Amino acid sequence: MPKTLTPAGTLYRGREGQWSWVAHRITGVVIFFFLLVHVLDTSLVRVSPEAYDAVIASYKNPLMGLGELGLVAAIMFHAFNGIRLILVDFWKDGPKYHRQMLWGVVGLWAVVMIAFSIRHLSHVFGG
Amino acid sequence: MEKEPASKVELAPDVAGGEVPTFDVTLKVRRYNPEVSDEAHWDEWKLTMYGTDRVLDALHKVKWEHDGSVSFRRSCAHGVCGSDAMRINGRNRLACKTLLKDLDTSKPILVEPIKGLPVEKDLIVDMEPFFQSYREIMPFLISKGHEPAKERLQSSEERDRYDDTTKCILCAACTSSCPVFWTDGQYFGPAAIVNAHRFIFDSRDDAGDMRLEILNDKEGVWRCRTTFNCSEACPRGIQVTKAISEVKQAILTRKV
Repeated sequence: MPKTLTPAGTLYRGREGQWSWVAHRITGVVIFFFLLVHVLDTSLVRVSPEAYDAVIASYKNPLMGLGELGLVAAIMFHAFNGIRLILVDFWKDGPKYHRQMLWGVVGLWAVVMIAFSIRHLSHVFGG
Repeated sequence: MEKEPASKVELAPDVAGGEVPTFDVTLKVRRYNPEVSDEAHWDEWKLTMYGTDRVLDALHKVKWEHDGSVSFRRSCAHGVCGSDAMRINGRNRLACKTLLKDLDTSKPILVEPIKGLPVEKDLIVDMEPFFQSYREIMPFLISKGHEPAKERLQSSEERDRYDDTTKCILCAACTSSCPVFWTDGQYFGPAAIVNAHRFIFDSRDDAGDMRLEILNDKEGVWRCRTTFNCSEACPRGIQVTKAISEVKQAILTRKV
C-alpha cells in the first residue's frame, strides 16, 4: 500500500564541480560587498581625513579581525579557483583534470590560510 | 514438432539455472498530478527485486502490480532511445541503465522528474523547450557548392574530431542537471551545444560559422559555468564540458 509523505524535492547531488561553483559564487558576492564598503570608506579621505581615521580606527577590534580573516579566505579561494576555471576553458586538458585542479586549489588555499591565520590572528589578539 | 538442437555451449550443471538473488528495496517516487492537486508529494512502495533489475524494472513493477497511475516515459528500455532520464537519488540517470544493486538499497531510492523543465505528470516533463534549443543550432549537415558524385570523403582523423559528440541520444540528462539551465530556461543548455559541436567540427559541414554565431549569443556557450554536472550525468559518457569548452575556443579563434 502506498503511503503519502510530505512533499519535498531533493537537492541535486552534483559533485566537486557543482560545489566549487557554489563556493565561487558565494565568495564572489562576499568580495563584492567588501569592495562596496571599501570604496565608501576610502573615499571618506576626500571628505575629511579625520573622519577617515576614525572609521579605520573603528575596524581595529577582534570582530573585524575575524572578518578580515574571512575576507582573505574568500579572496584566496576565489582567486585560485578563478585560475582553475580559466584553465578548464583554455587549457586543452583542463576539463580532464578539473577535479585534481580543485584539490590543488584547496591545498594551496589551506597553505596560504594557515600561514596568514598565524600572522594575522597574532596581530589581532596579541595586541 | 522438431526437437531443438543441442546447445553448442557446454555448461557445467552447477552453472546453469542458478537462482538470481533477490532483495527488498523501498522506492519513493515524486508524484504530481495537476488535475488532482497543485502540490507534488512522495509515494512509497516496498518491492522485492532481483539482482539483475534496474530502476526501470522497479517502476514497471509499481505500475503493473501496485499503482497503474504512476506515469513515466520509456521506449526501448535499453539505454538507446533516451526517454527515461530521471533524477535517481538526486542525480540524473537513465532508469534503464541504473541497476538497483549499484544503489544503496538500505535507504529508500528516490526517483524524481528531471529539473528545469515543466513537469506534466509524475516523472513526465515537457521536453519542448529542450527540443526548441536543439532545433535552433541546426542539427543537420549543411554543405555549400555542388553535391559530389560519390560519397563525401572524410579521413578517420577528421571523423575522430567529433566522435564523442555523435553519441548523444537527446535524453536531456545533461541539460536538466545544469544549475544555469534551472534558473535560466533561455540558456541553450549542454545538449544543444553538444549537437552543435557534432556539426561544427565535422569537416564535411560548411555552416560551422553560422552555428558559432548562434552560440555566441548571451544565452549561448558563455552561460556555461563549468560545474561538470552535465559530464557526470551523461549516460553515454560524452565529455560534455570539454565539448562546450571547445566550442567556446572555436568562437574566440574562429578556427575549427
